Amino acid sequence: MSYRSTVLLSLVVWLAAGAAGHAAAASAPSPEVAGALADLTGDDADKREAAVTVLGQTQDPKWRQFLGALRDGSVYARTRAGKTELVVGGAKATRGDQDVIEITGAYDRRPLGTVPLTELKEVPADRRLRLAIKPFLDADETKGQLADPDPGVRRGAAVKLGNQAVAGAAPVVEEALKKERDRWVHHALAEALALIHLANGDPAQRAAAARALGDLHSESALPALQRLAADTAASPAEREAAVHAVRGIERWGLLTRTVETVFQGASLGSILLLMALGLAVVFGLMGVINMAHGELMALGAYATFVVQNWFRAAWPAYFDSYFLVALPVSFVVAAAVGLVLERGVIRFLYGRPLETLLLTWGASLIIQQALRLWFGAANVDVSSPSWLSGGLPVMVGLTLPYNRMFIIGLATVSVAAMYWLLFRTSAGLRIRAVTQNRAMSSCLGVRAGVVDATTFAFGAGLAGLAGCALTQIGNVGPSLGQNYIVDSFMVVVTGGVGKLAGTILASAGLGGLTKGIEPALGAVFGKVAILVAVILFLQRRPAGLFATRGRNAEA
Amino acid sequence: MPKREAAALGIAAIVLVVVLPVCNMLPAGSPLAVSNFTLNLFGKFLTYAILALGLDLLWGYAGVLSLGHGVFFGLGAYAMGMHLMLEIGSKSVYQSVLPDFMVWNQVTALPLFWKPFQSGAFTLLAIVLVPGLFGLAFGYLAFRSRIRGVYFSIITQALALSAWLVFNRNEMNLGGTNGLADFKTAFGFPLHQPATQRGLYVVTALTLVAAYALCRWITLTRAGKVLVAIRDSETRVLFSGYSPAAYKLFVFVVSAVLAGVAGALYAPQVGIITPAKIGVLPSIEMVVWVAAGGRGTLYGAVLGAFGVNWIQSWLTTSYPDFWLLFLGGLFMGAVLFFPDGVVGALGRLGARARRLVSRRPDSAVSTPSVSLGRPTP
Repeated sequence: MSYRSTVLLSLVVWLAAGAAGHAAAASAPSPEVAGALADLTGDDADKREAAVTVLGQTQDPKWRQFLGALRDGSVYARTRAGKTELVVGGAKATRGDQDVIEITGAYDRRPLGTVPLTELKEVPADRRLRLAIKPFLDADETKGQLADPDPGVRRGAAVKLGNQAVAGAAPVVEEALKKERDRWVHHALAEALALIHLANGDPAQRAAAARALGDLHSESALPALQRLAADTAASPAEREAAVHAVRGIERWGLLTRTVETVFQGASLGSILLLMALGLAVVFGLMGVINMAHGELMALGAYATFVVQNWFRAAWPAYFDSYFLVALPVSFVVAAAVGLVLERGVIRFLYGRPLETLLLTWGASLIIQQALRLWFGAANVDVSSPSWLSGGLPVMVGLTLPYNRMFIIGLATVSVAAMYWLLFRTSAGLRIRAVTQNRAMSSCLGVRAGVVDATTFAFGAGLAGLAGCALTQIGNVGPSLGQNYIVDSFMVVVTGGVGKLAGTILASAGLGGLTKGIEPALGAVFGKVAILVAVILFLQRRPAGLFATRGRNAEA
Repeated sequence: MPKREAAALGIAAIVLVVVLPVCNMLPAGSPLAVSNFTLNLFGKFLTYAILALGLDLLWGYAGVLSLGHGVFFGLGAYAMGMHLMLEIGSKSVYQSVLPDFMVWNQVTALPLFWKPFQSGAFTLLAIVLVPGLFGLAFGYLAFRSRIRGVYFSIITQALALSAWLVFNRNEMNLGGTNGLADFKTAFGFPLHQPATQRGLYVVTALTLVAAYALCRWITLTRAGKVLVAIRDSETRVLFSGYSPAAYKLFVFVVSAVLAGVAGALYAPQVGIITPAKIGVLPSIEMVVWVAAGGRGTLYGAVLGAFGVNWIQSWLTTSYPDFWLLFLGGLFMGAVLFFPDGVVGALGRLGARARRLVSRRPDSAVSTPSVSLGRPTP
């Protein structure tokens, strides 16, 4: 049947129905529906709920519409000539000293005139009733969403239909599947269709659906497939297909989990790297372990928070770009505080690493408490810009979040910038010179104090950058720095000083190792295992991965 | 031991061990009376002082900065706490022979590692052995591979963090975040009675005196001289044919045991031990007691533990917001302006005063000197 004739036909049918409706003023509904309508006006909550189900299951769009009105609380009961009748209320008005309301018929929405509100009794929709109505309305809504221009919405609707697995949805899904161009939505639709067939089809359909789900690597079908595989009532073909599919899906799950673990390891490694870069360069240059590094990160995070609030207040239209402004701001804020710290106190303590450690710890306590007094002890809310929320689906069952990818990118850029700074600029040359031999460099005219100050500020700035990035994946609170600082120290210790490669390798290694053993041991014992591993590693290489070899007995 | 120091130590010991408890026994109205609360507070400070002694021996003399001594303190305190928990028996809230928190966690049988702690003798042994052996194992691995300086400090800090995380876990059966509390009796003596608390105080004070004597004795022996030499130049000690690792390991274990004993005395007096006493912050706070008091002088460490905690108990009740600011300032000030602590600053002040009075040249005055700089290689 062509499209045009379908339209024509439905028009004819509609006209006929309308005429019939008008003719037999209230075309008597089926006894079932009539009973349901009578129950709705009653007080029995169970009966009311059952009535909603009856109306919903008629699959009649008009009853669906009625249910929507019921949910919104605009269904009324009126008693006329001893008979109770349900009507749908419309616009309200005041006429004289009376509140009046336009009413229409419950089913056909035939206008019934305007009546005083006092003549009507509202049919209340309590929470239980609304919950009962919801699935029927949702089903319609979900089907509508399948035509949405946004692929994300379409995909969500397809997943929902698959989970509901209602037989009636199959034609709609098939229709959408034919038109769909987007790869991931197409996949979700195919999965939904197979799930519907698996739940409702005949044995042959079920076997085919099981095979299809296996090919689609459908993780969400696993419970249903396992049930089918164990179902003794099912045919051998079905069960074989189900077993096969389960095996395939599980193998695929292992693959996705492995890839995911690697990605998470890379992401954690990048965070550690962002923090450890600044620490390691400063430690290599001045022998200073900066215990306030974590608090400099927290400063960067709070700077991001403040920038976000500015944007929200002043330029709400450009809110998404706040993060681009926050990146340099957090760098500058942390670098400035770092500079003050270095010039103010740390420079008096060169050559005394343990004292500097305590000093910077003191500074960290002060910064932390100052943040707490200024911004409050509770975590503050930093919302992600829209271009960092969500993720990129790379394979079935695996979506890589944009914020994590951003952090990996930021760490890569930072390392590249660090390499460029150290090995391609004259400032880097001086930094390397002072790192290798402070006294000799000073003799040759390198102003070691200036090098120290700029390097420290740069390292602090990197911490601020790390803090800014961390706002996208974690809580922002005064003790933000404490959560990561010990880990980044471990990176510095493991990586050794004086070589960037050591820091990079150590952060990748510790990040990967942490995420690798976390599933087996849990976060806490994973951390203990990491500590043991680092101590054992240091047995072999006391000065870290890449120790600078020299004739200095102290090294 | 120099005569003057011995005399001063004797007076201090008599005041702490005899005078204060006697004053506590006076009726409340009398002008010299020391309240139960004050005595209890002093008892707590004394346990801290015991720990500070060990830390000073390790840092002030051997130059090894441990940022994880809260762990050893906690091991001793938990060992004692486990015995006290078992002593409660079925007088607990749930009237089970198991400690209350196990009932909450639906543990049905006493875990195996709890069983020996039913014996008081074993507990006393464990208080010394558990921190000691743990310190031995950790120190052996660390010093053998020549982890030193900042590296050692960072590793010990990671140890404190890990231990804190582990003790917070419920499945460790150590009470989780809430720790061990609600002790009723200690070795048969009811803890809520002032007399028991007084007894505990006297034991603590005696332990402190003994610990001081032990540490002083160590510093006076040849080993003590080697420790100072290691602090000033480890490489030269190594090249002179000594094994710095062995000496450092020895002093690390001694300080771990002292910390454990301090913890064991802390638990019954304060009545609770939680993982909050183990973590990174409490561990590094212990270092500031020593730094503020004056490292390299044992009495400096004792004074520091007393002074800092006194200020803490005053500030945290009167101005809670400013305690951390003060602590941070104390860290910075102690390092920048009083590198040898209050004791050193007073010593320098005294020396200058004497110099002004007698107008003698500098050389005749010996100030307590702590080498703070990294020795030039």
